[in-house]
Amino acid sequence: METPDLTGDRIKQYLKEGKRFDNRKLDEFREISIEGGISSKAEGSARVKLGKTEVLVGVKMDVTEPYPDSPDKGNLMVTAELLPLSSERYESGPPKFPAIEVGRLIDRFIRESKFIDFEKLCIKKGEKVWGVFIDIYSINDDGNLVDAAGIGAIAALRMAKIPKYDAKNEKVLYGELSDKNIPLRKETPISLTAHKLGETMIIDPTKEEEDVSEAKMTLGGTPEGVISSIQKGDSKELSIDEVNKILELTEKARKNVFSKIEKLLK
Amino acid sequence: MTKEFKRPDGRKVDEIRKMSAKVGVVPNADGSAMFSFGDTVAIAAVYGPKKMHPQHQQDPEKGTLRCTYNMLSFSVTDRIRPGPNRRSTEIGKITGWSLEPVIMIKKYPNMVVDVHIHIIQANASTRCAGINAAVLALAHAGIPMRELVSSVSIGKLDKQLVVDVNKDEEDWEEGEGATDIPITMTNSGKLTHLQLDGKITTKDLKEAIKLAEKATKEVYEVQKKALKESLKIE
Amino acid sequence: MENKMERKVVIPGEVIAKGGDYLPGEGTEKKGDEVISNRYGLAEENNRLVKVIALSGTYQARRGNVVIGKVENITFNGWVIDLGSPIGAFLSLTEVPRYVDKSGLSEVLDIGDMVVAKIIGVNARGIDLTIKSRGLGKIDEGLIVKVNSNKVPRIIGKEGSMINLIKKEAGCNITVGQNGLVWIRGDKVEDELFVKRAILFVTEKSFASGLTEEVKKWFEKEKKND
Repeated sequence: METPDLTGDRIKQYLKEGKRFDNRKLDEFREISIEGGISSKAEGSARVKLGKTEVLVGVKMDVTEPYPDSPDKGNLMVTAELLPLSSERYESGPPKFPAIEVGRLIDRFIRESKFIDFEKLCIKKGEKVWGVFIDIYSINDDGNLVDAAGIGAIAALRMAKIPKYDAKNEKVLYGELSDKNIPLRKETPISLTAHKLGETMIIDPTKEEEDVSEAKMTLGGTPEGVISSIQKGDSKELSIDEVNKILELTEKARKNVFSKIEKLLK
Repeated sequence: MTKEFKRPDGRKVDEIRKMSAKVGVVPNADGSAMFSFGDTVAIAAVYGPKKMHPQHQQDPEKGTLRCTYNMLSFSVTDRIRPGPNRRSTEIGKITGWSLEPVIMIKKYPNMVVDVHIHIIQANASTRCAGINAAVLALAHAGIPMRELVSSVSIGKLDKQLVVDVNKDEEDWEEGEGATDIPITMTNSGKLTHLQLDGKITTKDLKEAIKLAEKATKEVYEVQKKALKESLKIE
Repeated sequence: MENKMERKVVIPGEVIAKGGDYLPGEGTEKKGDEVISNRYGLAEENNRLVKVIALSGTYQARRGNVVIGKVENITFNGWVIDLGSPIGAFLSLTEVPRYVDKSGLSEVLDIGDMVVAKIIGVNARGIDLTIKSRGLGKIDEGLIVKVNSNKVPRIIGKEGSMINLIKKEAGCNITVGQNGLVWIRGDKVEDELFVKRAILFVTEKSFASGLTEEVKKWFEKEKKND
């Protein structure tokens, strides 16, 4: 059952006083937990929990041909599946827009942040490059799957090791990981989504809050404050004031989330 | 059949990998569980009973059990493209058949009980782990059933029968190669699922089933513990 | 002297009691002289009748139950109500305490509205509801909490002891639907949230004995933290 309008009204009312049902601040994340090595068959993998929301993210690599317009760069493909396992609201079948949206948002985030040094993934220009596949699966949806997915993607990439490559026989030796990490930028980018509920902007909504959200904005950026990707979603409009509020909110939250992630990844 | 046969991971011929099971791993679901044989890990979630859609698939005489099975893309060495495939569809159907003899959903006409199984990490015996997780999730969801079912794989490596096959054993090439026999049984000794890939004599097959009878009882103890422990009196 | 069996957690297929004079009650079946559980839950015995109390599973609608639901659809003669149960529920326009014109249905109850109703009939077609008695009708404001319907008896308590304790401590109006939806209405949102937390506390600990004492202690602790 979707959150009743009744409860939604209460949520917005309470938010006007700057309060949330679970006593969090407007810019506060739920408890974040990151666990690596979820699948030993993945080149890198992570389980991320935001409160009760849980996602699994895996990184697989393969040697393929580069795209014609980037002959010396590795490839990236991000897919997301909103599993029926994770909520009564999801059905089996080909991915519908919410799943496609998560995949696209995280793809844009990783690509535009230049987190992966694609040139270092080139094996032989024009012929062979490493392809990075990031696959995201929802395990329990209690709101904000996209930010959990973003954290998971970053964590899985950081922990991933490139498999050994037998150039002579042109075979990837899966199961034999080299010592090399995926070539990543030093600054870790973070993707966060802010939501507008009534007159209030919040970060990291629970499912109840997400049901009442009228507009949202996903931003990818560094903890130092450089933004590289933005997407505004849903159908309500935002005033310039509200956009500024979102920028301040996400900048602050980004720093907090970044330090939490650094601690957890140690 | 000598007990000195060396398995790749050093186990005894009738030794199951370390199992673990837990219920309630997906808070949103009506029932959920995880089950693992060593590093083969499966999770299952149950939603239902609920109204069956599409309507034309409704059965006016009894409820329907609908199982889906999928391996996460990164659960195996060679990435599997996300989405269903023929193998996973078949395993879903077989899983449903392994559970139906014990599930009592006659009293839910026009309704469906959905079971979703996913393999997170695969080291063979994945469908067995899936079935073990699924039955726990169904019990956890309060679905009435006569008893639990327990699943395990029996293998024949050349001429040697072993219990709980892992990937190295699945790929056994010496002599007669590997024969893989996943079996599911109820605690009262009834068989609800049996498959075989390989080459085996009738005598050995009967022996394999005897081994499975013993092994599934060990699986049952792990499943029982998971259900009982989740309701500790405070 | 009767030896009463202790309550215990049982799983499907487990033998609860052995002996010819035990009778198989709800959630059990008898095989030979053994009473076997068909469910995962709490087995208890009363005067040789053995039954299993479910701790999970869907709501079993019963005539006379007060329930809370959401208006899903409006038909030409009534409202389709979602009770969170697999069986559909229907409120006929003849079961409203005033005359409703066929064109004025959405003014009485619109899609998305929450309503407190009573079950007047359960049959193969579905559940029939009424809002004719006192205390029933559209919910205008407050908070809705959803719990598993099997936990409702614990939330209400013996003769209402638990729910009355919570009502008194928080100063809120609380209506508990047998289908697991609870309507909380208070003067301040904080009070309503307090009730929500209390209810979730009870459902998580619903297995313990001496629950009322535990809840009283919890209230003391919560009040100190405020």
